[in-house]
Amino acid sequence: MDLGKAFSRGDHLVWLTGSALGVSLLMILGLLAVILTNGLGIFWPSPIEQVTLEDGSVFAGEPMQRQAIPSPGQADHLQKFRLQLKVGNRDLYGFDFKWFDEAGVAKRERPRGLYLVERSEYGPLIGAPVRVLEGDKEVASGPAAAEALAGLVEKGERDRREVKALEKDEIGAVNYDIERIRLQRRRLDYREKQGGRSDFSVERGKLDEREKGLKTRYAQLEEKLAKRMEGAGSTRVVFRTVDGQEKELRALDMYRAYPANDLSWLGRARVYASRLWAFLADEPREANTEGGIFPAIFGTVMMVFLMTLAVVPLGVLAALYLREYAKQGPLVRTVRIAVNNLAGVPSIVFGVFGLGFFVYFVGGGIDRVFFPEALPTPTYGTGGILWASLTLALLTVPVVIVAAEEALAAVPRSMREASLAMGATKFQTILRVVLPAAAPGILTGLILAMARAAGEVAPLMLTGVVKLAPELPLDGFFPFFHLDRKFMHLGFHIYDVGFQSPNVEAAKPMVYTTTVFLLLIVVLMNTTAITVRNYLREKYKTGAF
Amino acid sequence: MANHDMNTTAPDTGLRIKTEVKAPTTPSPAAGSPPDIVCRSVNLSYGDNHTLHDITMDIDDRRVTAFIGPSGCGKSTLLRCFNRMNDLIDNVRIWGEIQVKGLDINAHTTDVIEVRRRVGMVFQKSNPFPKSIYENVIYGLRIAGINDKATLDEACERSLKGAALWDEVKDRLGESGLGLSGGQMQRLCIARAIAVEPEIVLMDEPCSALDPIATLKIEELMYQLKEKYTIVIVTHNLQQAARVSDKTAFFWLGRLVEFGPTAEMFTAPRDKLTEDYITGRFG
Repeated sequence: MDLGKAFSRGDHLVWLTGSALGVSLLMILGLLAVILTNGLGIFWPSPIEQVTLEDGSVFAGEPMQRQAIPSPGQADHLQKFRLQLKVGNRDLYGFDFKWFDEAGVAKRERPRGLYLVERSEYGPLIGAPVRVLEGDKEVASGPAAAEALAGLVEKGERDRREVKALEKDEIGAVNYDIERIRLQRRRLDYREKQGGRSDFSVERGKLDEREKGLKTRYAQLEEKLAKRMEGAGSTRVVFRTVDGQEKELRALDMYRAYPANDLSWLGRARVYASRLWAFLADEPREANTEGGIFPAIFGTVMMVFLMTLAVVPLGVLAALYLREYAKQGPLVRTVRIAVNNLAGVPSIVFGVFGLGFFVYFVGGGIDRVFFPEALPTPTYGTGGILWASLTLALLTVPVVIVAAEEALAAVPRSMREASLAMGATKFQTILRVVLPAAAPGILTGLILAMARAAGEVAPLMLTGVVKLAPELPLDGFFPFFHLDRKFMHLGFHIYDVGFQSPNVEAAKPMVYTTTVFLLLIVVLMNTTAITVRNYLREKYKTGAF
Repeated sequence: MANHDMNTTAPDTGLRIKTEVKAPTTPSPAAGSPPDIVCRSVNLSYGDNHTLHDITMDIDDRRVTAFIGPSGCGKSTLLRCFNRMNDLIDNVRIWGEIQVKGLDINAHTTDVIEVRRRVGMVFQKSNPFPKSIYENVIYGLRIAGINDKATLDEACERSLKGAALWDEVKDRLGESGLGLSGGQMQRLCIARAIAVEPEIVLMDEPCSALDPIATLKIEELMYQLKEKYTIVIVTHNLQQAARVSDKTAFFWLGRLVEFGPTAEMFTAPRDKLTEDYITGRFG
């Protein structure tokens, strides 16, 4: 084969372009494969292995990994291995994971009857239930205790939910009212200091009276809660670990318990599904290393939603002016270049700007004018979901402007002329013909903006994200949307769990799983927007012949 | 229609041509009524480019007038002067007088919106809006602020019937206007133009993108439309001009060379240039 001929035919170019595409695809598929296998496998209940060492000590745990012990110069067939188990029982051992030299292991088995219990503190417990206690009475022991366990976990779940409802809804509501009274009183103080009317004794009397009523109610609820807790807390289960230590657990503290070595395939699938659901729907526990990520999902979606509300009108209006009204010339060209460059500014710069402008300047101003009574505690003058959304809106507005401008430019001139020739004004033409026809293109810009915003972490860290937000920015208390509240975000959650966690080893799987859900949410939001865009495209498709 | 003389200068030959225009061959229902569009020494320039020179002509009420001439001769530009579509282009200057039904359309006091409502337009490339057939037809009424369902329905049916499209689309008024065939889309544009009941309909090469059968339909439609509307059509198709128009104007390099009854112009052109163009010797 003549190489020169092949070169001039461009065969090498086909290979080159094909390989470039191949490498890109391989990297993306690799990324997905790593994240999915690490992220979704974690919920699958693995069997519990019990190891007896040469010195007679016994441990049990989930096998995590097996490694060759590094010994340079050793021939492959003489290589020694070590095994890592997740032994749990941190309260008893002081660690979660333990390495075992395989050479020192006398016996490895998978005994039946061993349970893995997820609980509210100290990571999982691994052991066998021996007794069930109700108050001081023993109500079941041995196999009967194991049989009762599933029901007790369910009861614990019910009790927890009740206690939480009592704490959050009823006591929370009373607390909320008491806090408002405190603020009202401070407002009166403030007005007195301002030198307006000096006598607010009537108002103060009313407030005192209301507060008294609330405090009585609060005390009643506290008592009710204490009683409830006492009742719920009296049911306990005693577990015995493989090395013979006993540990008493309240039913209230048990989240899930399953006999890891006795599960059928279906049973495992059910544990998997239930863990996956808990991960999606629950709040995080134990410094984010256990529990779920619901507040982070909620925060991410709501932040992107608020950002969309801000960025679409801003971007589309700016693009309309640039494309439809501004006289095209050097000035407009300069503005256009500037907008394009804005898209390339590092996101942390926007974070700093958001902190300086939105949080301190605008938020501080709002506090001074509307919430002076709460100062020096800031209301809006601190990071919050509103400021974070606006900062991200600013970060993504160039993308929307550029896309919207292109979409507007792509609306055929003939269509505008048709409208103008009918006696429509320019405004009517834009509103009724140009904007609907440009809507799919504008949505494309929005999709890009949303994808970028959902994944951005750096600016959020300065403008309102926290590692654990006790309250969602949307709840049942007036005014329902609390835009001043701090919030949790999946991207920040990944960083926090992976790198700021006290127990990095235990949190590692959470990092992958959270990543999976961050990706999933971005994909879901994009798919929604793309579906809407395709629908609009179908509806407003141009140039049919 | 009164006879009048037209003085036109062909720049290349330097000849002074005197053209006598006779009354239309078909008896006019509006005989004796004043002309619909009156042009007096209309000039137009884009920047330094002087594209129309001293156009003076009267366009008859409820007649089809065809503008013919080679590409770039200014016929479309003149047509777009009649509803001030040239306003959309930067650096355009128009002088001379254009009156539509006695209204000086370029006067400062004249509302351009009003002019465009009275002078409808159909474009070379059919340009329905990306909306339903129904919304396309009533667009002009909607922007005029009419939202009464009965009025809109009535206008839609009347216009579609007027554009000979009603029978083909009456069962799918809710479907997109862009789903129609080329000829149907052009008739939809005509329906849209006549829905606001203009006095004049301008057609800028309405059939140039259509097949012969669709073209024939539009031409038949023009016969009906001229009962009610004054039609000015720009066409490159001389047979079409001969078939549909009552009067024909021949433009060349921004000047009106000859303007007269179509039959006369095509059988016995007075000007050498016209004859050359009609017989296909240039253009």
